[in-house]
Amino acid sequence: MSSRDLILGRVRHALADLADDPAPYAQAVERSYLREHGERTVGQTVALLADNLADYRAVVHRCTGPEVAGTVARLLSARGARTVLVPAGLPPDWSADVTAVRVPDSLSSTAYDLDRADSVITGCAVAVAETGTIVLDGGPGQGRRRITLVPDHHICVVRVPAQVVSSVPQALERLDPARPLTWISGPSATSDIELDRVEGVHGPRTLEVLLVDEQPTPSDHS
Amino acid sequence: MSGTFVGMPAFPEAARGAVHNATLRANLRHATTTIRRKRAVAVAELSDWAELREAGKQIKDHTLRHLDRYLEQLEDAVTAAGGTVHWAADADEANRIVTGLVKATGETEVVKVKSMATQEIGLNEALEAAGIRAYETDLAELIVQLGDDRPSHILVPAIHRNRGEIRDIFRAEMTRWGRPAPDDLTDTPAELAEAARLHLREKFLRTKVGISGANFMVAETGTLVVVESEGNGRMCLTLPETLISVVGIEKTVPTWRDLEVFLQTLPRSSTAERMNPYTSMWTGTTDGDGPRAFHLVLLDNGRTDTLADAVGRQALRCIRCSACLNVCPVYERAGGHAYGSVYPGPIGAILSPQLRGTDSDIDASLPYASTLCGACYEVCPVAIDIPEVLVHLRERVAQGGQVTRAGTKVVLKPARGHAAERAAMRATRWALTHPGAVRAGQRLAARTRRFHPSRLPGPGKAWTATRDLPAVPPESFGDWWKRTNGGTRDERGGSR
Repeated sequence: MSSRDLILGRVRHALADLADDPAPYAQAVERSYLREHGERTVGQTVALLADNLADYRAVVHRCTGPEVAGTVARLLSARGARTVLVPAGLPPDWSADVTAVRVPDSLSSTAYDLDRADSVITGCAVAVAETGTIVLDGGPGQGRRRITLVPDHHICVVRVPAQVVSSVPQALERLDPARPLTWISGPSATSDIELDRVEGVHGPRTLEVLLVDEQPTPSDHS
Repeated sequence: MSGTFVGMPAFPEAARGAVHNATLRANLRHATTTIRRKRAVAVAELSDWAELREAGKQIKDHTLRHLDRYLEQLEDAVTAAGGTVHWAADADEANRIVTGLVKATGETEVVKVKSMATQEIGLNEALEAAGIRAYETDLAELIVQLGDDRPSHILVPAIHRNRGEIRDIFRAEMTRWGRPAPDDLTDTPAELAEAARLHLREKFLRTKVGISGANFMVAETGTLVVVESEGNGRMCLTLPETLISVVGIEKTVPTWRDLEVFLQTLPRSSTAERMNPYTSMWTGTTDGDGPRAFHLVLLDNGRTDTLADAVGRQALRCIRCSACLNVCPVYERAGGHAYGSVYPGPIGAILSPQLRGTDSDIDASLPYASTLCGACYEVCPVAIDIPEVLVHLRERVAQGGQVTRAGTKVVLKPARGHAAERAAMRATRWALTHPGAVRAGQRLAARTRRFHPSRLPGPGKAWTATRDLPAVPPESFGDWWKRTNGGTRDERGGSR
């Protein structure tokens, strides 16, 4: 007998004491928890995202669409970045003013190549306000998972409010499980020394998030 | 390689050293107090915590109820996405499969994401025996590996070490494994983290095989989820060419949507964060992004035996958050090593004796390593009634009975160590069915009061070593009732 059959047989045997449970899964679980916590305007949701990102030591900047190029260039030069990784599909105007050498991400670049890059600029798939999380799904402008991991400095551009959701349940609804997903909440950190959080281990130690206002929201004028 | 748990003495002996180690107790008290306070704040932020907890419990119970079906669905989905699924009935088989897969790549070193399942099966030792070096990359696991130590906490295996001890270990041992620690390394956590970053970076960039566990496996999509903080997980999951994930079969959840519950409860319950820094989700392989080969090893190793126990099977709901360790008064004082397992604390006390059986001294003693105060049940994000299972397992140890071992029903004999307890219970049963004898005994005890020792002799000594023997009253309640007609006649005999 294969181990597969052995294990499945043991499972069935182990459950023999239980009566049949024909209820479909949709009815098996009582989902009385909330889809999001609290009521907020769109503007308040974006503000909560900014607060929670900052609470976990991401550096948050807010700007308008035309200001992205200047802001990105300023952040890179403030850091003294000489090379910056640019994934395919990144809107060209985001890196238009960059003076650092732009390195396109390519399949032939090794992990050692990535390790020599100072910074990386990407977009994201969705951002979660309640948890201060950005999620990358490898779509246009986001690149392979490794490019936002090996360099020590990550600039992530979030289009607000279009890419912002309130909660984890709402984020999962927007995401495609078939894509490789990375959820990022602040720079890399550890709680392994005396159970206290310290930022900065293997991932980028500096995470800068640009919240780009793409359309004025009603609450901004209130 | 890290030390072994084989041949551990029973919990009380194992804990004796720990409770007299002032440094260890200070380290544990500091760490558990910090995390308890922060966790309470993180949980209080969600007004629907109780509903999330209940949903998590129901999702897991439903999955376990139909585990055969969901495992088959998971296998199909992972295979369709380009992965290869292997099944391992026990630790030896899992180790053989993983060793074979690594050997087939021709590589002699692997990088590892922190994983309870691979700790449980002793994978590092098996790989070493096959000439393959496994590098632990989680900071706490690194501290344990460098210090040739054993893990003492599910989430933070080096919780028993303070910053000064960690610095000493890094300074002394890093050079044996690769890049040495800087000469001027201090004990500030930021510097220690930096030293680990530099030490491991060359290994991440070089190593072609990664080994992980997983927090969740989604049956409907074949997606695996790893929740982590440092980025070492992302390194191991995306840089190597081959990824091997060893995952317990109980980590399955039916649907993608189910993650919305656990991605809210797990980070808040374990590290007290709204969200942990990094969560990776992958479904099979993706062209050009991440490993080209993905192997999933589904591990039984006692899980189906646990599933066969109607009371004990709820332990399989565990999502390894370790909140129960952090609130446990016994864990805080005894530390993790005394539990003799990679699963310490309250959850370990019900998981280890079920996964491994209660044959050894340590496993038979674990159900007693608790005051049954219930704090563990209170904080559990999937509502495992740990005290209920502890009492159930105590009964099994003391009385014996039917259990399932490696898929076969066997009848356990009562444990030898509990002979005195059983004799006392038999005597009690006899006495309670012979009221005349009880009355005679009580009168005899009352008349000989002056001669009673304050400590019991013989096997009773263990009981009175930490307790006062209750004083026997001059007259039994029954005699008093009879004499005073239930208190209606006064003490001298006349009516009130």
